[in-house]
Amino acid sequence: MSLTDEKVKLLEAKALDIRRSLIESLIEAKSGHTAGPLDMADIFTYLYFHALKHDPKKPAWPYRDRLILSNGHICPVLYSTMAHAGYFPVSELKTLRKFGSRLQGHPHREWLPMLENSSGPLGSGLSQAVGMAMADKIDNGKTSGKYFYCLLGDGELDEGNNWEAIMFAAREKLHNVIAIVDRNNIQIDGFTEDVMPLNPLTDKWKAFNWHVIEVDGHNFRDIDRAVGEAQAVFDKPSVIIANTIASKGIPAFERKFEWHGKPPGTPEEIKTAREALGINKN
Amino acid sequence: MLNPHQKLNPHLFDKDVEQVPIRKGFGEGLLQAAEADKRIVGLCADLTESTHMLAFKQKFPERFVEMGIAEQNLAALASGMAAMGKVPFITSYAMFSPGRNWEQIRTTIAYNNRPVKIAGSHAGISVGPDGGTHQAIEDIAITRVIPRMVVIAPCDSIEARKATIASSKTDSPTYIRLAREKTPVITTDETPFEIGKAQVVFDSRVSSDSHKRDLDVGIIATGALLYKALKAARKLNQEGKNVAVVNLSTIKPLDEDTIIKVAHDAGAIVTVEEHQIAGGMGSVVAECLAKHFPVPIEFVGVKDLFGQSGTPDELIAHYGMDEKDIHQAVLKVLLRK
Repeated sequence: MSLTDEKVKLLEAKALDIRRSLIESLIEAKSGHTAGPLDMADIFTYLYFHALKHDPKKPAWPYRDRLILSNGHICPVLYSTMAHAGYFPVSELKTLRKFGSRLQGHPHREWLPMLENSSGPLGSGLSQAVGMAMADKIDNGKTSGKYFYCLLGDGELDEGNNWEAIMFAAREKLHNVIAIVDRNNIQIDGFTEDVMPLNPLTDKWKAFNWHVIEVDGHNFRDIDRAVGEAQAVFDKPSVIIANTIASKGIPAFERKFEWHGKPPGTPEEIKTAREALGINKN
Repeated sequence: MLNPHQKLNPHLFDKDVEQVPIRKGFGEGLLQAAEADKRIVGLCADLTESTHMLAFKQKFPERFVEMGIAEQNLAALASGMAAMGKVPFITSYAMFSPGRNWEQIRTTIAYNNRPVKIAGSHAGISVGPDGGTHQAIEDIAITRVIPRMVVIAPCDSIEARKATIASSKTDSPTYIRLAREKTPVITTDETPFEIGKAQVVFDSRVSSDSHKRDLDVGIIATGALLYKALKAARKLNQEGKNVAVVNLSTIKPLDEDTIIKVAHDAGAIVTVEEHQIAGGMGSVVAECLAKHFPVPIEFVGVKDLFGQSGTPDELIAHYGMDEKDIHQAVLKVLLRK
């Protein structure tokens, strides 16, 4: 069943709140990544407020779906979404990257136990997601009902470790692994196709025996359709290539790789960001 | 004299002492541990037979995972399995795991605090004819610097079996260092083993005429070279030196009490390992003694060099880790007392 208009509006409002909170946490932290968190806000919103089987009050519930973040540097959107979903107070977002904070610069599950994994070094999140699904298959067969969502950056597909996991998951036909690639076309040194071309990206995944779905990563109905399709595939793992606009939500920053790894810093940048997201700071 | 409480192999110094590859003990231990604990899974990177995971695979095919030649995936995927409650043992050659996949081990296993057990086979220079690419002589250094990582280098196949079983019962990420070649069986089923406990396997003071004297030197060895250390100690003993030999199979966490006591009693230490001197077991001992009880130390190990092809005996001799090298190191350290 597709999303109702009401649900789409609710998700859009949530995504805006999440973008506002994450940009404020970055401004406060004075360091961190802007582009990826902003462009993945819609997908995180969709997952935490619609798709995931989870209970923020019982984060260790064994039957929960797992969300494995591979590109840990986009954690401002993970933290912001988890806070809005009720895992911890939204006010805690102001502690991002500060000494003693549970919200480490890159996620560490020992500080924040409701995380499924620690991440930061790129390229090994998918292996962990696939390992979880493999363990689940050993224990519960092919029909456990759990999904293992792994969120990856496009630039991190440069890492060979990913392709080891991609081959493995296809051999094991881990249909409940759903990888979502943030196809924002940027990485630190430039555009992905200049730094290390990934295209034809969908063909690569297809050649590795994955079910591939390409979507507009900012369209909730598209995302919902893709996740539904991925869940319906039984003989292959699925990957959703989510075409996103880097820094989505702040037009002045959009598509610019310069915003990969820095927060709004100057007064003008902060003003631009807040105005674009409708943050009223008087 | 051999420490009688250690119940070592009574035929230890016989010419035809039984020789078994240390890695074989790992295979036996894994099988035994897996029979008792259903959580145990085995993952191997295309070396199932030579890492001795084959018996486990045959007995528990549903718990065996073939990884192909992909050591980074081996480590990170095991972390994911551990996150779901499994106790994964991962195997390859030490050069590739923990060599190639060090960062995945650090981040996805140790930083994540997952109880993955890394069995690195073919460690040391005694791998022999395969040559320098396959001789892991840096693995102790790179694993011991990882917080939480337990590092064990068993001295023989029996101790490898015990270490494998013991490690399966802990929640710690653990590295077990295994050697390829057949080496003398030093211990017996009755020999005590505990992770984190060093064992004094030889002590000249055990014999009645010398028990009141202090030691002249303490030799601390890890892995299969313990055998050469014992032979060197026997000779030194015959030459009138009072010697103790410590089997330091658990390199981390370090049994500081035993190391300090031997240093205290002997006043001079020689460390013996089939590993680079830099960063290895000798460094661990030196760090401990520099802080708690400084004494002169000589280090027997590889001196900042890569290996090459040859027989294990040729290589051990060429790189200065033979019985005579241990003997010389002892004489040298005695001059520094």
